[in-house]
Amino acid sequence: MTDVRWPLWEVFVRAKNGLAHKHVGSVHAADGRMAIEAARDVYTRRMEGVSLWVVPSSAIVASDPKETTDLFEPAADKVYRHPTFYTIPEGVKNI
Amino acid sequence: MADEDILFHHALRLGDDALILGQRLSEWCGHAPMLEVDLALANIGLDLLGQTTHFLNLAGEIEGKGRDADALAFHRDVLDFRNCLLVEQPNGDFAETIARQFLFSNWQELLMKEIATGPDPRLSAIGAKAVKEIAYHAKFASEWVVRLGDGTDESRARMIAALDWMWRFVGELFDPNVGAPSLRAEWDARIARTLADAQLEVPRPRRGVLGGRTGHHSEYLGHLLTEMQFLQRAYPGATW
Repeated sequence: MTDVRWPLWEVFVRAKNGLAHKHVGSVHAADGRMAIEAARDVYTRRMEGVSLWVVPSSAIVASDPKETTDLFEPAADKVYRHPTFYTIPEGVKNI
Repeated sequence: MADEDILFHHALRLGDDALILGQRLSEWCGHAPMLEVDLALANIGLDLLGQTTHFLNLAGEIEGKGRDADALAFHRDVLDFRNCLLVEQPNGDFAETIARQFLFSNWQELLMKEIATGPDPRLSAIGAKAVKEIAYHAKFASEWVVRLGDGTDESRARMIAALDWMWRFVGELFDPNVGAPSLRAEWDARIARTLADAQLEVPRPRRGVLGGRTGHHSEYLGHLLTEMQFLQRAYPGATW
């Protein structure tokens, strides 16, 4: 066959109602409807989900790996942002 | 024919249709144009194989001669198969596979809906389960008919040629003696809707080729059975 390059779609599956859609992988498809069908066949064969999203991979804006240090390292020394940093006074039941 | 005999042949026809088309689709495994399509066709084939097991086991039960689905699938010869001619047609190119699936699944879905509400509880239980699977097969094939028909010049030409070839086997599905004539109007409407979406014309009416339901098959079926039955013929009762 001729070399057809269909666009890539990122696939998100909701495992059950109430949970968020979670990224599971990607499929090739000519358009959105076909991407849903391909995702159904590739990623939900074993009852993995109750809902599917597909998003054109080209629509995703990713952080630059070169900026990883600037973006994420400043959070490393801010332990007070974790709830476990604080001691809860005795006698406080709900916080 | 006694009621039980009619029911036996009915279950046999349904099982053979699913078995032969399932086997045909399995031939795509590892050869489809893309991984996504490969999995989709294999999935559909497996759905059909599941239906086969139910229908042929039921046929064997009704017959009462101790034959189960495996015995019926692997130890009958060409003349004993009762599938329609459409399902034994070779895969051809992708458009031919899609045309065959499109015509068959739309028919099978209507038939299974009818069976699901029919009088025999054993048949209707199988029909009710199968109808959801088949609805997806029909959707899958219809989407592809639209993509190919309304696609490039080449895909369109191939889709037209494929429908033209497969159309001669449609008559058998609705034959007054061996088919389901009451489903024709609804089937025609469904087919026409999708073909309109695909910018394709409905092929001209043509007298259907008959024979599958009475065991007069095309040469293709023998080759298919040779491959499908080889293991059980060479090593009867083999399991793994």
